Amino acid sequence: MSSPNDLTFHEFEEAAELLSADPQASTLSISASNTAAEDVTVDLSDGDEEQENSELLGGQKSSKSFWTFEYYQSFFDVDTMQVLDRVKGSVMPLPGRNFIKHHLKSNPDLYGPFWICVTLVFSVAVSGNLSTFLSQKGDPAYHYRPQFHRVTVAALVIFLYAWLMPVGLWAFLTWRKGAERIVGSYSFLETVCVYGYSLFIYIPTSVLWIIPFEWLRWMLIVVAMVISGSVLVLTFWPVVQDDTKLMAVATVVTIVLLHTLLAVGCKLYFFQTAVSVPAAGPTTPAPHLTSTTPALFLSVSTG
Amino acid sequence: LVVIHINIVRPFAGLSDVSISEDVPVEGDISVPVAASVTEDGFSTLDEPVKETVLRDLRAVGSKFVHVLYPRRSSALLRDWDLWGPLLLCVTLALLLQGGEADSEDRGGPQFAEVFVIIWFGSIIITLNSKLLGGTISFFQSLCVLGYCILPLTVAMAVCRLVLLGGSSTVSFAVRLVVVSASFGWSTFASTAFLADSQPPNRKALVVYPVFLFYFVIGWMILTFAPSQ
Repeated sequence: MSSPNDLTFHEFEEAAELLSADPQASTLSISASNTAAEDVTVDLSDGDEEQENSELLGGQKSSKSFWTFEYYQSFFDVDTMQVLDRVKGSVMPLPGRNFIKHHLKSNPDLYGPFWICVTLVFSVAVSGNLSTFLSQKGDPAYHYRPQFHRVTVAALVIFLYAWLMPVGLWAFLTWRKGAERIVGSYSFLETVCVYGYSLFIYIPTSVLWIIPFEWLRWMLIVVAMVISGSVLVLTFWPVVQDDTKLMAVATVVTIVLLHTLLAVGCKLYFFQTAVSVPAAGPTTPAPHLTSTTPALFLSVSTG
Repeated sequence: LVVIHINIVRPFAGLSDVSISEDVPVEGDISVPVAASVTEDGFSTLDEPVKETVLRDLRAVGSKFVHVLYPRRSSALLRDWDLWGPLLLCVTLALLLQGGEADSEDRGGPQFAEVFVIIWFGSIIITLNSKLLGGTISFFQSLCVLGYCILPLTVAMAVCRLVLLGGSSTVSFAVRLVVVSASFGWSTFASTAFLADSQPPNRKALVVYPVFLFYFVIGWMILTFAPSQ
């Protein structure tokens, strides 16, 4: 080949080598939504220009159309170790470790949020059923029922929370960003991701709620809320702190409050220990009625 | 008999000394192996007795049942997938789950439609999940495998109902627990044996976990079946 052709050929090769050497190079832009190019293979055979170009382009993460399957595949681009790492990060929030920046690293996924919500639905329904059964084993008039409708209720509540809250929060933050009140913001997917992973701590909590001691249950709620709430606060505080003091504090308090409401609501509905079985006849034992204290005293702001 | 006409417009460069006349007809014989839609006897399957048709499908379903009961890493379930087996198992399981404690509308076990929805939508969601994570299995093959692997749980349900005929005591509960746990493990193991090869290696656990959850939920429905008294 003649020398000008040699020069242009080498240019392509160098760039490709640089990219393939460091495919995980993080892009520090606020509106970063594409990951860096993945491994690019350059066809060194005597193919035509067209083939080389198309292969180079194929290595980059092109924005696919909304209606193709590959568009949704890009939301599930995680390995087992990555998911486990994110779950670990949601259970052990350390101050200064922003979940989105530290764990998501501009690769938010939908696998975690979706399956954590599904698991939570079933764990809450099953544990609730078990705890109702255990709390009334001694009652001779009690007859075990699977209470399958609770699965539907749990699914509605949890999925609505896990999807509507991020929508509202993302819309609010985008509005504030548009109004020049805050500088940075997270993409919608990252918000959904953070909310989904923050719900993980409730799964072991709901299983432990089977143990029929009220003080233990309330203690577990407090622990779970502290952990889960701090994940959310640590993630969103750096973004809203640019705003006016009032708005920043109000946003964070609202996030924590709604999270509290979810936890306490689940506990009260699914883990009732107050089911009185009225039995006819004068010699039946008085139905035991444990009143579950209302959630008012827990809405002390933790922000 | 295939006839190919080659129309040579101009002679090849470098072969200027060779002239080929235009419009040279080339004749030959190409024998294409015919697919096995015609049986060896020579007549098409349209004329066979109905019993043969039904029995052939039943035999196919039955052979897949055997594959599920003795799971080995084989591709039989994937190659000739069908959805009759899963439908049969789903209907049987849903019917067996009826007749439970239902003195009030919403305190009882799952309704017939709920069982159907859980099994079919659960299978579809798991299949979509597997494909989104980069699995190479096709949509219906995955539905087929997941549906057929419900067989141990259906057998467990039948056993549970028999056990419950003798009254629902702690002993019967222990027996049912053992039976359902064993069949749940069997189902999960069988389906992962069939699905394992089509998953990317560093995402296997991500694909297996939803399958585990799916059979766990079905096992839970079976275990908590409380007969009406």
